[in-house]
Amino acid sequence: MDAYSRVRTARQTARPTAYDYISSCFSSFMELHGDRCYGDDRAIIGGIAMLDDMPVTAIGIEKGHTAAERVEHSFGSPEPEGYRKALRLMRQAAKFRRPVITFVDTAGAYCGIGAEERGQGAAIAESLMEMMELPVPAIAVLIGEGGSGGALALAVADRVWMLENAVYSVISPEGCASILYKDPAMADIAAENLRLTAADALSLGVCERVISEEGIGTDAFYGRLAAELAGEIRRLAAEDDLPGRRYKRFRAFGSGDE
Amino acid sequence: MREIRFPYQPHNRLEAEGRTAEPLHGEAEKTCPNCHVTMKEGFFRSRGWTCSCGYHFRLGARQRIAMIADKGSFQELFEGIGCRDPLAFPGYGEKAAKARAVSGERESVITGTACIDGMPCALFAMEAGFMMGSMGTACGEKIARLFEYAAGSGLPVIGFTVSGGARMQEGLLSLMQMAKTSGAVRRHSRQGLLYIAVLTDPTTGGVTASFAMEGDIILAEPGATIGFAGARVVAQTTRQPLPKGFQSAESLLEHGFIDAIVPRAMMRKALSSLLAMHRRVI
Repeated sequence: MDAYSRVRTARQTARPTAYDYISSCFSSFMELHGDRCYGDDRAIIGGIAMLDDMPVTAIGIEKGHTAAERVEHSFGSPEPEGYRKALRLMRQAAKFRRPVITFVDTAGAYCGIGAEERGQGAAIAESLMEMMELPVPAIAVLIGEGGSGGALALAVADRVWMLENAVYSVISPEGCASILYKDPAMADIAAENLRLTAADALSLGVCERVISEEGIGTDAFYGRLAAELAGEIRRLAAEDDLPGRRYKRFRAFGSGDE
Repeated sequence: MREIRFPYQPHNRLEAEGRTAEPLHGEAEKTCPNCHVTMKEGFFRSRGWTCSCGYHFRLGARQRIAMIADKGSFQELFEGIGCRDPLAFPGYGEKAAKARAVSGERESVITGTACIDGMPCALFAMEAGFMMGSMGTACGEKIARLFEYAAGSGLPVIGFTVSGGARMQEGLLSLMQMAKTSGAVRRHSRQGLLYIAVLTDPTTGGVTASFAMEGDIILAEPGATIGFAGARVVAQTTRQPLPKGFQSAESLLEHGFIDAIVPRAMMRKALSSLLAMHRRVI
């Protein structure tokens, strides 16, 4: 499958969304709301979930399936309040020594007047710094679209996994094509050049594992993923200095030419 | 710091100027894009490349360092790090070669140490002439190394940002620089060391959403465009007219995201005062 076909697959509204993963991989989930500053952004959902017998903080970017759900969740494009809610929940996870699992699926952080005025850049920057310092294990699973800084804000994790047809990119292929080639219709070429597929991310070291989509959406699929998450969390919990290792993980990306 | 009021009414120059930096050399006449007065370049140069209306022209990274650092105190670090083409992105090699030729730099940021009024600091200045100050792996590496060096040497960091954001041509690896630089800033901060970010026109995208907004103290030049999403994209997405001064330094000050707007003529003094105020007394 070519890169742009994967982009289209990643965007399909029928694909499982963060709620589907959270309700199926975990045995219970208590959703918590609000950033304690301004509002509750429904593009990001989060709360406490049970993974086997292990309480974890689960956070996801939710796109919704039906038209009504998609509007409710702003099509999965978070406002600063969403990132601040996630930040609040991650700080609680650190306080109560709960591992953090995020499900990332966004075309990008919301581009709006209010979002800019309430500090979209500052909210993402704070999330990047805070996740880097989390003293508890963190795994990010990219389940659909990994749109630039809006996705990275929830993916500064010890392990980054990607679904087989998930994509992860610095810019949308359409955006890249309209800037570089002055023609959004060349998005397929841009998608190829951006190296945004899960296989590309794996070869660049940006992700550690590609999750097979065989049986996606079935109980067996979620069961398999939950078992892998639980196993990896237990392995990570045994490691010392997680923030130091996490920094090394991200520090290693590209050193330039010397 | 006293609030500085400025007659200049900002507008979004990132849009107006099509994302390209103006080269500032030669002895020709120059027209201020704000008030449209045309003067000999020497007039603007003598005022630190500002117009009497308050407009601040874009500066090259080395011009900026020369205005801020004590004479002869700047020691460049990591100057050997330059961009490469890790994804073999079509056209990037030529574009980067052109950027090197136009700017005379190997990457979009210059890093080093300097003194301001005798007080030592680590210093970085981004270069708009190098692919609009975009952040690729080499830029991220230089920033991360500077913060690590400063953390190891107990130095404060002063950084001038100007950037279109993460560099598309290095794809995901550019995106990862946001996390890498944020981690380096955080580790420097944990040592109890000061980081002053000075946002200049324009500071956008992945740089805004990482080290630009992570300063203990965030200053900006008057009229600078500062934002995450591009104004054009916001206008297209929302189909609403943008408010006056949208994404201007003045608007960010009003919304609580920067500490102060400092005109260029007062920048060196402001930085010197802040460094002095952060000397440890207990």
